[in-house]
Amino acid sequence: MAAGFKTVEPLEYYRRFLKENCRPDGRELGEFRTTTVNIGSISTADGSALVKLGNTTVICGVKAEFAAPPTDAPDKGYVVPNVDLPPLCSSRFRSGPPGEEAQVASQFIADVIENSQIIQKEDLCISPGKLAWVLYCDLICLDYDGNILDACTFALLAALKNVQLPEVTINEETALAEVNLKKKSYLNIRTHPVATSFAVFDDTLLIVDPTGEEEHLATGTLTIVMDEEGKLCCLHKPGGSGLTGAKLQDCMSRAVTRHKEVKKLMDEVIKSIKPK
Amino acid sequence: MEEEMHTDAKIRAETGAGSSPRGPGCSLRHFACEQNLLSRPDGSASFLQGDTSVLAGVYGPAEVKVSKEIFNKATLEVILRPKIGLPGVAEKSRERLIRNTCEAVVLGTLHPRTSITVVLQVVSDAGSGAQLLACCLNAACMALVDAGVPMRALFCGVTCALDSDGTLVLDPTSKQEKEARAVLTFAVDNVERKLLMSSTKGLFSDAEFPSSAKLGPLPGSSSAWLRPRRLRNTSSASTGNRCRGVTPRAETSWGRGPLPPPPPTHPLQPEANQRPSLASRSYGLM
Repeated sequence: MAAGFKTVEPLEYYRRFLKENCRPDGRELGEFRTTTVNIGSISTADGSALVKLGNTTVICGVKAEFAAPPTDAPDKGYVVPNVDLPPLCSSRFRSGPPGEEAQVASQFIADVIENSQIIQKEDLCISPGKLAWVLYCDLICLDYDGNILDACTFALLAALKNVQLPEVTINEETALAEVNLKKKSYLNIRTHPVATSFAVFDDTLLIVDPTGEEEHLATGTLTIVMDEEGKLCCLHKPGGSGLTGAKLQDCMSRAVTRHKEVKKLMDEVIKSIKPK
Repeated sequence: MEEEMHTDAKIRAETGAGSSPRGPGCSLRHFACEQNLLSRPDGSASFLQGDTSVLAGVYGPAEVKVSKEIFNKATLEVILRPKIGLPGVAEKSRERLIRNTCEAVVLGTLHPRTSITVVLQVVSDAGSGAQLLACCLNAACMALVDAGVPMRALFCGVTCALDSDGTLVLDPTSKQEKEARAVLTFAVDNVERKLLMSSTKGLFSDAEFPSSAKLGPLPGSSSAWLRPRRLRNTSSASTGNRCRGVTPRAETSWGRGPLPPPPPTHPLQPEANQRPSLASRSYGLM
């Protein structure tokens, strides 16, 4: 009977739960789903990470290649993110060129990388004006159940921490690059941006980490990306119902707590694979 | 309104530092808006802010493709075309921001199973992404008003830049934007003064954020042009209505000579060159 009510009046069904300050899956309004992360699973990639946020699953693979640095910045490399939402993850995506959702997510990740300065692009330069690394970060969603931006940001961060670049020297006589695959070093990750997404219901209620159904019923969304010093890299609010300053402050404090949780999880995972 | 702006000590009003001087008591550059200049769209508006200019056209409520129709409300679509080149991923991202902002204010439930299309063309661009987004939002709002689409509130787009010592500069020039530590763009509605849309670039602390959000509704931009005091009946040679911002003698820089004094018209009296529209024109005006 509850299933029938849910199909006919999904919003009313949801409101019954919200009145009791909880959600259909049993979570509190400020509680995140179980987060799991798995690093280094793709052996052919230079760095990889698989993140599961409840049912939402995103895998990130980083490949490093050579390229000529941009002419207006000869001492910088490139970081190129791409988010792919294939038909596998949800029935609402069709195969073909990237849809709007994928493009918006790709732009969001590119903005996070740019704003947070997670990697100093100068570190990716091998020889100014001649050779630099380009890191292609491919994020593929395997299962779409809401909150794709948080999962992608976390997957990207974990994969970049896992990336090992070989040492490259330019041979002066032949002017060719010599790659030493035996000597690899980790990237210098300067900040750890963590995204926290909220959904707004009925213009007043804020819930954290919305699932796919909750996102569909929500009247607005908000994503805050914070780094460890409490600095905001991104406050992404793509329209939707209005929010007052006080509510934004609540969201920011929740984002700070989430950052601590994610950082702890990440440190545990990194520590578990380090001794090789 | 003006006192609130000055109590916050962190604002600095630029005086003649940018390309054009700012109005007295107002830290925004020259801006102007013109409505009803295109004949085919149901509503159109051109918004000029500093060096950025965007032309918007609205078609709707019109027929919608069955695959895109929503049973209980109107389907809103936004198309943004850059000044040069083909639209890319950044344009898609901006389209999403503008569309969601419009969806929050447009009363779509009054026109179910229809489509409202907003087309934005960038006419001149000072090279700053944040300034462009604010200008697009303003142009879209004015075009929706001109088309007579029912809305529950109007919204305005505002850009501010935080420089390295934490000073907030409203409506930055492209030079100020490049040197700033963070650039924030907001859309605020005029009824409840709530934050509708926010897009940020760069790093800033959460202590700096509330002050910039409070500032969004305050400057002359939202209060002045959202409530145009008179709808001028311009001479028959020009195309449409004009709404002026709080700028002194700005008419000449818009490319036209000084206007003749307008004939005294009652603001709500239908004027000769206005077309009848589906919904009442007085939505959001006055």
